[in-house]
Amino acid sequence: MTTIAERPLPGDHLEALFSVPSMHCAGCISKIERGLAEIPGIDSARVNFSAKRVSISHQGGLTVPDLVEAIGRLGFEAQPVLDPAALGTGEESKALLKALAVAGFAAMNIMLLSVSVWSGAGGGTRDLFHWLSAMIALPAIAYSGQTFFRSAWMALRHGRTNMDVPISIGVILTSALSLFETIVHGPHAYFDGAVMLLFFLLGGRTLDSMMRDRAREGVASLLKHTAPGALVLGKDGRTSWVDAKDLARGMTMILATGERLAADGIIIKGESRFDLSLMTGESAPVLLGVDEMVHAGTLNVDAPLDVRITAVGADTAIADIARMMEEAGQSKSRYVRIADRAARLYAPAVHMLAALSFAGWMLAGAGWHESLLIAVAVLIITCPCALGLAVPAAQIVAAGALMKKGVLVKDGSALERLAEVDFALFDKTGTLTLGRPDPTNVDALDAVDAGIALALARASRHPLSQSLRRALEEKHTTAADVSTIRELAGFGVEGQWQGRTVSLGRPTDGEAIAAMAVELTGATVPVLLTFEDKLRPDAAAVIAQLKTAHIPSAIISGDRGAAVAPVARALGLTAQTGMRPEDKLEVIARHTAAGAKVLMVGDGLNDGPALAAGHASLAPASASDAGQNAADAVFLGDSLLPVVTCIRVARATQAIVRQNFILAIGYNAVAVPLAIAGLVTPLIAAAAMSGSSLIVVANALRLKGSAK
Amino acid sequence: MTGILLLIPIALGLGLLGLFAFFWSLQSGQFDDLDGAGLRILIDEEEEGPLT
Repeated sequence: MTTIAERPLPGDHLEALFSVPSMHCAGCISKIERGLAEIPGIDSARVNFSAKRVSISHQGGLTVPDLVEAIGRLGFEAQPVLDPAALGTGEESKALLKALAVAGFAAMNIMLLSVSVWSGAGGGTRDLFHWLSAMIALPAIAYSGQTFFRSAWMALRHGRTNMDVPISIGVILTSALSLFETIVHGPHAYFDGAVMLLFFLLGGRTLDSMMRDRAREGVASLLKHTAPGALVLGKDGRTSWVDAKDLARGMTMILATGERLAADGIIIKGESRFDLSLMTGESAPVLLGVDEMVHAGTLNVDAPLDVRITAVGADTAIADIARMMEEAGQSKSRYVRIADRAARLYAPAVHMLAALSFAGWMLAGAGWHESLLIAVAVLIITCPCALGLAVPAAQIVAAGALMKKGVLVKDGSALERLAEVDFALFDKTGTLTLGRPDPTNVDALDAVDAGIALALARASRHPLSQSLRRALEEKHTTAADVSTIRELAGFGVEGQWQGRTVSLGRPTDGEAIAAMAVELTGATVPVLLTFEDKLRPDAAAVIAQLKTAHIPSAIISGDRGAAVAPVARALGLTAQTGMRPEDKLEVIARHTAAGAKVLMVGDGLNDGPALAAGHASLAPASASDAGQNAADAVFLGDSLLPVVTCIRVARATQAIVRQNFILAIGYNAVAVPLAIAGLVTPLIAAAAMSGSSLIVVANALRLKGSAK
Repeated sequence: MTGILLLIPIALGLGLLGLFAFFWSLQSGQFDDLDGAGLRILIDEEEEGPLT
């Protein structure tokens, strides 16, 4: 499932890609590039600031963790980019941008010639200009129109129709007729209209594609929970780093404290607690010992372990969930976007109207040439220029506004589906709560104990120690002078302070309480420090605001009832507990069958299938890879407020899209009778077309402040 | 009329030149990192060795 971001270069050189989200200025760029280039074994480093990534070309002797450490020494936190192919290379946007450039060039130059014709050039000059226009327009249309022609052809072959069908027919017929007009020295050629149409539509397409690229890059740079590889114990007793894709059954992994498993396996030596929250949603770490199964993606909390690999890659429990997710996501791929729904009504109506105009003029006694000219004018006028921009323009402005608020929306259809939800299901651990333990009684420590606690907590990578350290540092505690600190595997840390032994570790009584508490043996009496997984800020406000927006909420959690109850009570929600991934899927299926459009908000791997099955879904940036991949949008930061913001912006976007449709149809209502009456000249067509497009784009720009 | 015969090819040629310049810059990755390009001018030390 995971391939590391290394690709071989000629010779013994490799290129690796890292995400470094914390760089923010020119100084960071030069610090990283120069700092890395000085390290032996690294040939060069190149920063891409927009994507917040560093690409390092290095010699084979260096491993991925070495490079992460090297970047770490420069003062930046780095994550290897897994599976760079998932980033997308932006090829589609690039191709569209080229097509847009060609269409823009052609439109400008043809317009230059057309203006002379409109201002009265006649005879030979007009013919010359028409021929020149044809020479520019035909190759430009053949090149730039490919996106539309291909998509229209695919739709027609499957017996469907989409927005691209009337576009393609309109453009091709217009060019053909204009060429004919040029050959017979006719007064009107519509090359300018055809190329301008392509230019505006390609503008919309390019925006749409760039929006998807940006969100995909944002999400890909967040992926971090899949372990990139493991330290493997060789037959000769030596250890070496092996990338996740090269791990095989039977190998023995040495798993350090605070490391994630890269494969499924059985513990063969040691005992430790595991944070299974990404797999099961359970908040408290679980103690596992020799002969027990551990799964890829779970986090080793306490002590180093030896694990024999039993399954890798596609055979792991993670991969099973991924398959379930894929099946659940199929209903989403059947969702028909609003532009295509509009096209299903619009396309037949337009073609019918053009055919009727042709027939009408023929019956009225006009020649077939004149009738055809009028029919094509109808097609050009009705060509969904504004309609093609109406949706993408609104969606990209809305997505940009949301991105400023820390919400990455994957694509336009996500916004459409978010606007429709009328029921919300929340996971508990990591979604309604922060998914990390926070100390509840730091205030119980006096100044001396707090200093000792900070000194000890700094020495350990245990999640509880780390969180205690954060809490104490926030209170500006000064660390006490504790010497000879050592970590006792499976217990905690111990040191010497003014001749006494002080320790921070597992409480002596009871395994249940041990899960979320540590005991400090400090200056005087031992102090028990408890931790809890706090609610996200604004969680209650979010539930209340959803309620006023007529979206009732409920909790579905994989955690035990006792752990879910306080959260459910605090928020006044009903909860279903102990849910496995398939149970969550079933709940969503039941609500969907009852006619509800379910919004799923979740983070864990166990939520993946449910996120894929929900009508729309959101995940916090702290979510598992699977969660982020399955969700329609990912929000950054601790607050839960983006959930409400997303829905509000999505609804505002739908409102603007509807207004844009009305504007576009209103323009047609005025222009079409003129076209049918045979009064539309190329000048009127060009003016009407650009006018309506500009109005639609201007209306979409009103969404800029919608996320405030 | 002779003026037009001269000016039209020039106008088209200049447009084409711009179009090819855009294609070239897109192909050579100049649009890959727009934010970074703006910041790099602030890095003031001289690079040793040839620019790549």
